[in-house]
Amino acid sequence: MEALSSPSLPASRPSARRRRRHILPGFHLTLGFTLFYLTALVLLPLLALVLKTIVPTTDYPTFFKLVGHVYDVATDVRSLDSYRLSFGISFIAALINGIFGFIAAWALTRYAFPGKKIIDALVDLPFAMPTSVAGLALTQIFSTHGGYIGQTLFNWFGWRIDYTAWGILIALTFIGFPFVVRTVQPVVADLAVEVEEAAACLGANRWQTFWRVIVPAVRPALLTGVMLAFGRGVGEYGSIVFISGNMPYLTEITPHLIIMKLEEFDYVGAAGLGVVMLLMSLLIVGTVNLVQYFASRRRMA
Amino acid sequence: MRRVTNDGWFARYSLLGIMFAFIGLFLVFPVCVVLIEALHAGWGFYLSTLQSIHSWTAIRLTLLVALAVVPLNTLFGICAAWSVTHFQFRGKAVLISLIEIPLWVSPVIGGLVFALIFGRQGWLGPWLETHQTQILFAYPGIVLATAFVTFPFVARGLIPLMQSQGSAEEEAALTLGANGWQLFWRVTFPKIKWGVLYGMILCNARAMGEFGAVSVVAGNIEDRTNTMPLQIEQDYLNFGLPQAFSLASLLLLLAVITLIIKVVLEWYRLAPNIVRANPGKTIL
Repeated sequence: MEALSSPSLPASRPSARRRRRHILPGFHLTLGFTLFYLTALVLLPLLALVLKTIVPTTDYPTFFKLVGHVYDVATDVRSLDSYRLSFGISFIAALINGIFGFIAAWALTRYAFPGKKIIDALVDLPFAMPTSVAGLALTQIFSTHGGYIGQTLFNWFGWRIDYTAWGILIALTFIGFPFVVRTVQPVVADLAVEVEEAAACLGANRWQTFWRVIVPAVRPALLTGVMLAFGRGVGEYGSIVFISGNMPYLTEITPHLIIMKLEEFDYVGAAGLGVVMLLMSLLIVGTVNLVQYFASRRRMA
Repeated sequence: MRRVTNDGWFARYSLLGIMFAFIGLFLVFPVCVVLIEALHAGWGFYLSTLQSIHSWTAIRLTLLVALAVVPLNTLFGICAAWSVTHFQFRGKAVLISLIEIPLWVSPVIGGLVFALIFGRQGWLGPWLETHQTQILFAYPGIVLATAFVTFPFVARGLIPLMQSQGSAEEEAALTLGANGWQLFWRVTFPKIKWGVLYGMILCNARAMGEFGAVSVVAGNIEDRTNTMPLQIEQDYLNFGLPQAFSLASLLLLLAVITLIIKVVLEWYRLAPNIVRANPGKTIL
């Protein structure tokens, strides 16, 4: 066997491996087009964004000589307020979705009820529904002037949802919901009922089983879903701009500030804010992958 | 019979109640509002708002953009899936991660990058100006930004599908003397056609509904560069709520049709549920 599988001549080795790797046709054509399209449409434009932030100036210390104006824009009060809104409210919305998304995923996998398949399909609606339609509808519901719910809330309690951070929270909750449900659902479906039975046999009540058995098993998926909802919320634009009113310092999210910078022809400032958002997305995706990595390693162990 | 692993009736009904309340308020109610607002003045009025010149040009532009973007991204998706699933090469994992970039950056960044390249102060701005070519605030810019945002949809569905199918049948066809085209059209394509359709409808829904990226590169020139989502915003800002809602109802119809096709394909297991095929990477 040894003699058969090992090549007789060392020189034939690379070509043999090469042939085996390329049994099917079209490798160069398809990979070439893939790389070309990816580079032209995504990588080069993103590189252009990063390079745009490098504007050498002399009146800044050391490193900031390179990116002086960008540093100014990125740490401006208006920008800082917009980060606080985009990141803070996305985070709260992601936590809300963590709770309700888990409940929905649990109910959709464990309970039987009429209309289950329709509800299950409806969960994907925020994925399929254009963000501007969602924004328009939510505004019409929560507007203080003639909104289906907003008018009543304002008249009875004096609560305002549109033109406040509450509006942003509602839009982001709408957007993020399916991320949690769709990440948690398969994990709940795969939970071994036997483990819960074992817990019950050992004398645990349902509540203890939930906290000691179910939650630890679902936690990585739940964390992933929450992070994905958070990541999506940070970049969200369409569903928010209708309801939030985009008031600088108060209800202006970072993507809207980027568009404002572009309209003022401050391309470098816009690029700087874009890079800040890009880095944050990178951080979020990195965290998601870390969570996945540790979860899979624990499954292996 | 009650089992130890069943939740008690109180937990069951309260969880179901919470779920129905949440889904009702956040998902069903907005859909109903769009339909009520669009149709409450009757069919005649609804049709007349759709026939207004702004709505009509917006619908036309949206269709033209999707017509350019969906085939391009489909071709890319098939090529990417073919090269990634049938061959071993260095950097494959990196390539797969890079394909997903547009899913996790803000759509506004998808527009911003092209504004920075083709805008007046952008990298190519002066050159374009001397050559009298308009990319930003015109059809090519809208197509580029939309293509960026919808870039991974077909590829992400096809890669897990083709990975699960393996290369054995293609290799068999090769030994029987098929050439590359025959191999693809007679062996591979019949196996993946529903997966391609699945990716295409998701790509199409996002392409027609994209707002953030397009609003950066389109410049809101009414009757020229307004796609349907942008026209909705403009109508809303100009107090044209009936027009805004009638356009929104069309996009809603598109979303519902997309969901129905998606669910049907998933029920018959013709296409892998992207979510289940990519655990932990659910961004659509």
